[in-house]
Amino acid sequence: MAHGHLVAEDALTMERQWKLPDRGTVGIVFLIVTESVLFSMFVIAYLIYLNKSLVGPYPKDVLELPILASICLLSSSGAIVFAEHALKHNRLGSFKLWWAVTILLGAYFLWATAVEWRKLIFEDHLTIATNLFGTTFYSLVGLHASHVIVGLIFLTIVFVLTLLGFPIQTQLRRVLFLSWYWHFVDAVWVIVFTVVYIIGLPR
Amino acid sequence: MAAIDYPLQRPKAEPGEFSFSETLYKWVATVDHKRLGLMYVASALIFLIVAGIMATVMRVQLMFPNGHVVGPDTFNRLFTMHGTSMVFLVGMPMVAGFANYLVPLMIGARDMAFPRLNSFGFWIFLLGGLLLYYSYLGGGGLSGDGSAPDVGWFAYAPLTERGFSRGHSSDYWALGVLVSGFGSIASAINVIATTFCMRCPGMTLKRMPMFVWVMLIDSWLIVVALPPLSAAQVMLLLDRYLGANFFNTQNGGSAVLWQHYFWIFGHPEVYILIFPAFAILSEVIPIFSRKPLFGRPAMVAAVVAIGFISLGVWAHHMFAVGMTSWSNTFFAASSMLVGIPTGIKIFNWTATMYGGRLRFTTALLFCCGFLFQFLLAGLTGIMLAVAPFDWQLHDSYFVVAHFHFTLVGGLVFGLFAGMYYWFPKAIGKMLDETLGKWHFWLFCIGFNLTFIPLHFAGMLGMPRRIYTYAPGRGWELWNFVATIGVFFQIAGILFFIYNVLRSTLRGQPATDDPWDGWTLEWATSSPPPEYNFEKLPVVRSSRPLWDLKHPQDPDWKWE
Repeated sequence: MAHGHLVAEDALTMERQWKLPDRGTVGIVFLIVTESVLFSMFVIAYLIYLNKSLVGPYPKDVLELPILASICLLSSSGAIVFAEHALKHNRLGSFKLWWAVTILLGAYFLWATAVEWRKLIFEDHLTIATNLFGTTFYSLVGLHASHVIVGLIFLTIVFVLTLLGFPIQTQLRRVLFLSWYWHFVDAVWVIVFTVVYIIGLPR
Repeated sequence: MAAIDYPLQRPKAEPGEFSFSETLYKWVATVDHKRLGLMYVASALIFLIVAGIMATVMRVQLMFPNGHVVGPDTFNRLFTMHGTSMVFLVGMPMVAGFANYLVPLMIGARDMAFPRLNSFGFWIFLLGGLLLYYSYLGGGGLSGDGSAPDVGWFAYAPLTERGFSRGHSSDYWALGVLVSGFGSIASAINVIATTFCMRCPGMTLKRMPMFVWVMLIDSWLIVVALPPLSAAQVMLLLDRYLGANFFNTQNGGSAVLWQHYFWIFGHPEVYILIFPAFAILSEVIPIFSRKPLFGRPAMVAAVVAIGFISLGVWAHHMFAVGMTSWSNTFFAASSMLVGIPTGIKIFNWTATMYGGRLRFTTALLFCCGFLFQFLLAGLTGIMLAVAPFDWQLHDSYFVVAHFHFTLVGGLVFGLFAGMYYWFPKAIGKMLDETLGKWHFWLFCIGFNLTFIPLHFAGMLGMPRRIYTYAPGRGWELWNFVATIGVFFQIAGILFFIYNVLRSTLRGQPATDDPWDGWTLEWATSSPPPEYNFEKLPVVRSSRPLWDLKHPQDPDWKWE
């Protein structure tokens, strides 16, 4: 190339060989980066204020491990992979099934969180204003739950569109990005679970 | 041997006749990166004038001891709104505006990666700005306590908690800035995706214009540094509305946590703000020195280094808080470390000018002003990075002088250089050079007259944010001179406004390439058509237009 002329054939080859990353990929990756920073600020606040509450209730008095809910949320990540795989191979029936499973697992997680909060608020009298544990617990878990809600809304939109007969296989890229976001929400739960229910609960 | 068909000369798009409502609709509903860029810059300029008027009132108040122009409460609101507006409603939209207008043109793209997200970013930023200013009307709330925020631009909690900040002033501060922050993050993700994914054939990262490189790292900083502020603001709002205890010291909350979160954002923020000036200088100086940028790889390395080191220096704003000596040592050392890449940049711009065929246009004059003033700002910055020195001068006018030297002497001078340089491209008319020189000299003299004396006032012990002072402390002369300087600055700005209006209406029409440029934005018409390039260009060196204009000696033979 260094000794050639600026000929049109060269330019055409160059244009044909010119490959760039997909903009949606880059966009969603940096959205996840910025969200990760946001979450880490709330995680840091949780860790800083661990065992600093002046009054009860304390974590060890009221928290119960949400084992089943966690298993559901994490397996929803698996379900969405199956759904994606089915969509890639144009098996719409299987896609709809796994997609519905993803939504149900996510919804169960959200329901479990609601039940947990109801117990904490009405039986244990722990609100966001009670002490530092309440403040950091509700804000961190609530931030995560709000991301689950956003994810569920988008998952439901895709599901409803598919049921209405929209050719969802033409939107494979977008489905993929949605599944990345869902994986991110699940990964954040692993960290939240570790911080709140393992590090935050003295054995 | 057919030469590559660069769209050097293009027929100008015929401007059709549109009614007022049609024109309005075209601007409001646009997703075109050039229109959005211009709207960003225009709204930033309007906020600049508003916040500048606030600064003027404050300087007039402080001109003489025992001033009576405004009362203490009004003064607190003035410096809060001045600082908040200048950082979030002038600096940030200028970043977004210049990046939006120029990045796609420079990398040979037809638009940003996400045009609708771009439009969302602008309108949500504007909403945030209006929300902040609505506090003058709505800040009182039902009880009538409070007006505009009066807690300083960094709004330290627990001062912003319900108990100390009644009414809704702090709510408007937190919400307005939070919302405009979402706009900044949206536009930063857009710039990153555009730079990675929309480059024209042959535009490798190695050949990418320095401007685009700096804006890419700038966007990286926005993406990782803004969420800490958003998080802190959400926590503050939870405290204020739901009674959470993040910053409530009565219930065990921390009085220092906000400071850490704010400065984890706040220090990268000052680099976010100065980077557009770096980007502009890296384009303007080579063009008017007729030399390629000196040490280009080192310049890229320096800007990437700043993009990472600046994330680990925040607590140098907090030396006076009483951290451990290990923290103080760490943050003093890391703050001085960031001086090294910045020094490399100053050296390389100077070396670019050295031996060049200099054309002292207004744009280059502003660059020269930047070099002197930003150097001084850097030196006082190193002084303040020394923890014991900072203990002496913390929260004094020395600090005020230091950061106004970076943000006015640095950023604003850089922005003016950029405006004189790219105005012909954006508007299609040349800015008047004679008026421009008046603008430069008045503004430069006024700026130095204002802010050099404030260093001395600070060293004599004058604290920030005081609304008046008693005579006999040796501050009178410095304050008087500083206020005199403000009038020179105002005169300079008036010349600028007149110049922009006059040149837009009946200035000399600009050619497509008035400065004999080297980057792709000069390869399309002035102003560019909506699609930017009729045919996507193909690039083989970092100065594609040089290659085109000098086929016997193209850059790609040597790069």
